[in-house]
Amino acid sequence: MGRKEKNIKKAQKLMDKPKLIRNIGTAAHIDHGKTTLSDNLIAGAGMMSEELAGRQLMLDFDEQEQARGITINAANVSMVHDFEGKEFLINLVDTPGHVDFGGDVTRAMRAVDGVIIVVCGVEGVMPQTETVIRQALKEKVKPILFINKVDRLITELSLDGDEMQQRLYKLIQDIDDLIKSMAPPEFKDDWRLSVEDGTVAMGSALYNWAISVPFMQKKGITFKDVYEFIEKGQIKELAKTAPIHEVILNQVIRHMPDPITAQKYRIPNIWRGDQESDLAKAMITCDEHGPTALMVTKIIIDPHAGEISVGRLFSGKVTSGMMLHVDRQPKTNRVQQVSLSVGADRVPVEDIRAGNIVALTGLKDAIAGSTVSSLPEITPFEEMKHYSEPVVTKAVEAKRTADLPKLVSVLRSIGKSDPSIMVKIDEETGEHLLSGMGELHLEVTEHRIENEHGVPIISSQPIVVYRESVENIGGPFEGVSPNRHNRFYIEVEPLEEDIVKAIDDGTISVSGKIENKNELSKQLREFGMDKDESKNFVDFYGDNVLLNMTKGIQYLYETMELIVDGFHESMDEGPLSRENCKGVKVRLVNAKLHEDAIHRGPAQVIPAVKNSIYGAMCQAGRILLEPKQKVFIDVPSDIMGSASVQIQQRRGEILDMNQKGPNTKLEAKTPVAEMFGFSGDIRSATGGKALWSTEHAGFEQVPTNMLLEVVKEIRERKGLKAEPFNESHYSG
Amino acid sequence: MGELIFIGLGLFDEKDITIKGKEAVARADVVYSEFYTSKLAGATIEDVEKELGVNVEVLSREQVESSDTVLKAALDKTVAFLTAGDPMAATTHVEMRVRAKERGIKTSVIHGISIVSAVPSALGVMHYKFGRTVTLPFLRERGYPRSPYDHIKSNKDIGLHTLVLLDIDGEHERYMTVNEGVEALLKLEKDVDEGVISDDTVMAGLARVGSAEPEITVGSPKELLEHDFGGGLQCMVVFGELHFMEEEALGLF
Repeated sequence: MGRKEKNIKKAQKLMDKPKLIRNIGTAAHIDHGKTTLSDNLIAGAGMMSEELAGRQLMLDFDEQEQARGITINAANVSMVHDFEGKEFLINLVDTPGHVDFGGDVTRAMRAVDGVIIVVCGVEGVMPQTETVIRQALKEKVKPILFINKVDRLITELSLDGDEMQQRLYKLIQDIDDLIKSMAPPEFKDDWRLSVEDGTVAMGSALYNWAISVPFMQKKGITFKDVYEFIEKGQIKELAKTAPIHEVILNQVIRHMPDPITAQKYRIPNIWRGDQESDLAKAMITCDEHGPTALMVTKIIIDPHAGEISVGRLFSGKVTSGMMLHVDRQPKTNRVQQVSLSVGADRVPVEDIRAGNIVALTGLKDAIAGSTVSSLPEITPFEEMKHYSEPVVTKAVEAKRTADLPKLVSVLRSIGKSDPSIMVKIDEETGEHLLSGMGELHLEVTEHRIENEHGVPIISSQPIVVYRESVENIGGPFEGVSPNRHNRFYIEVEPLEEDIVKAIDDGTISVSGKIENKNELSKQLREFGMDKDESKNFVDFYGDNVLLNMTKGIQYLYETMELIVDGFHESMDEGPLSRENCKGVKVRLVNAKLHEDAIHRGPAQVIPAVKNSIYGAMCQAGRILLEPKQKVFIDVPSDIMGSASVQIQQRRGEILDMNQKGPNTKLEAKTPVAEMFGFSGDIRSATGGKALWSTEHAGFEQVPTNMLLEVVKEIRERKGLKAEPFNESHYSG
Repeated sequence: MGELIFIGLGLFDEKDITIKGKEAVARADVVYSEFYTSKLAGATIEDVEKELGVNVEVLSREQVESSDTVLKAALDKTVAFLTAGDPMAATTHVEMRVRAKERGIKTSVIHGISIVSAVPSALGVMHYKFGRTVTLPFLRERGYPRSPYDHIKSNKDIGLHTLVLLDIDGEHERYMTVNEGVEALLKLEKDVDEGVISDDTVMAGLARVGSAEPEITVGSPKELLEHDFGGGLQCMVVFGELHFMEEEALGLF
């Protein structure tokens, strides 16, 4: 039996002992080396051959991931590690660092209790570093730090021992400050980093070595020794003395919580159902005898096994043959196979108990983010917010008409496995619209459709997704029903910016049924909503809100559902260009309703409410918002000019410019609409010498002088007449 | 100077119009009608045209609600506007009359027989004892109103009967039946659960009132649910407390 097989056997035994389990992830800015780290951990733990690690990129098992050298899907692997004479099971989830795949990172955080933040010692804290730390802390996932590529400080930057220590000290300080500012209150002190206690490790993932203070003390080596190893080029010896997997996995076992400890404080944070119920108790105690409850964090499409749901099991057991309920789905699904993941392999097991990360086949109704349980209709886990929303759309069609049905089912399964991809069918043209987080995200998805699923497609040029909103206060505007028997009076204004932000980052949870109205009003007040308004909210839709400011209007209670429908329809299709609305506060201030219910049905109320909202939006001043991106460019100073021209040509705004050694770092903000083709342009402008990355920077107003032109373009693309309607169209 | 005359066609067929109504049609320059607020179950438009000896233009809901076809014609012509039942029983026609007045058009109403008075007559119960009338919409998933239920309840609480009108979807020629009406009431009872409709609630179901063979049944929700009322326009009554004379009269059915 090989080492790998032995370890699989051991892993199967440890699965049943939650105190000996650690569920962890790695997260980092792109190219800071987290997949290399993960691979070396796996190899070290005997789950793959050591020679391959560092070169094979085991976790990047997607053909495309290997070709592009970046990790696209968060894969998961179980491994066994011996710590102070005891064996532990470590379930490791690797996550992508590229900003376009942020949705995967968010979901991976739900599955794990601890995360190794990987930071490149040369580059230091990057935008994505901050984002992943924020995501981890929001999920109450404990961070520890690994500083990677430390050898380059010596071999490339030629720092001496003192300079290096200072540099590392500063970096640790930066990360610690981030943790301090964003940690949940109860962990503000406990989760601080400390070099002494070993929550910080450093080394080189590529060359397979790492050190931490407790490890150095135990082995009797000093920082100076390490410096000398590197200076003399004795990397192999260093890797033997201080193998990375031992240092890091020791660190993980010592500092990361086991599932029983973690679920105690994580469950109330991620599940808002009745905390006194049996289910809550079972999840909080990680009880294998409780009802089964898991959250699917990823769907992997396997060419042989089909759709595999990977998720965190919080309570109960999963056995093959079990019937489970998937939230918001009418039918139960039968679990076909339960397995343990080892890289690209899955090892079937009889059952798995709470506290583990599981891979299941047979949950055909599950999507990434689904709540799955043995109980019907349980409160779903808190929705995981992406820190960014789809901003780019392409229309796709099958090259061969005969492939159309296949394309439909492929798109369906892609939508399931990657919820940050949105698939919509354009009712008028019948085209399939694919929306994603960026140009690269869509290219990768198209590649998948063609190569993994074998459906050749034709896709359109990418189109930017806009949002509509208002500039000022408008209304009350009278909207009259077609039969003229009902009138609605509505005012609109921009929703408080802090509230929009809180909804976007998930601080205010508005999805699904609102369970605790008082709690929500309180939150709204905290973020600056007027007291009267906060008590009168009716519905959230995206980051738009409907408030009912009326008092004592007869029959309004039974008309409200239709008013909400009208609110949704108008927020789905704004009055300027039928794009989604964002950040609009809609206040119903008065309504005059017909006595008889038959005269105020859907066909009457919905159009009246829409007219009233649209009219008020016209009065308030309609604006268009466009997605923006931050662009970070690192370029040799002598050709900096050629790079900054690329930004200026793109309506870009340079935010910061910093000379560091021979290079200049440039931070800019540009509209996504202008970023298409940037990759090629900057390469040729700088002879390929510029390193760059992007980050979503939210939506900002389209400049007034461009508004009409952009609106016209969108409307014509949608087959509408070029001019939007004005106020008078919506009255009377 | 134009004129707009609202003329009620009455309950069932082309022969329910009053003589006065027929005479007014004869002197009109143009004759319009609409059948989406109600309709004549026993006559086609051709029957009406033949009986009245004129051409009648039937207008859609759209044309009545959002365009000014009728009012424009009435600016300088005498226009007859025919509707089933009594014209002003439909709020839409009241609204139309107000708009006509705003434009300086002379208006008048020639009444027709309305279901509102025909139901107590047909059943032999006292019109004095009816409370608020309600209409039940076709069942739908979202936003189904509960006010009809509440109104039946408050009528019943003070011993009054409720006339329950049933939804009409003229565009798709769907006319709600007593069976569907009972289903809707039972659903409301299940949702609201205030004990208004029970197994021994006494109700009446009526179909094709005004015809030679109206279908009238008095009984429990279950009996009404199982009874075949055939086609045509239908309505219901949920009874409050019955006077002994009313009981005797209902004994006929």
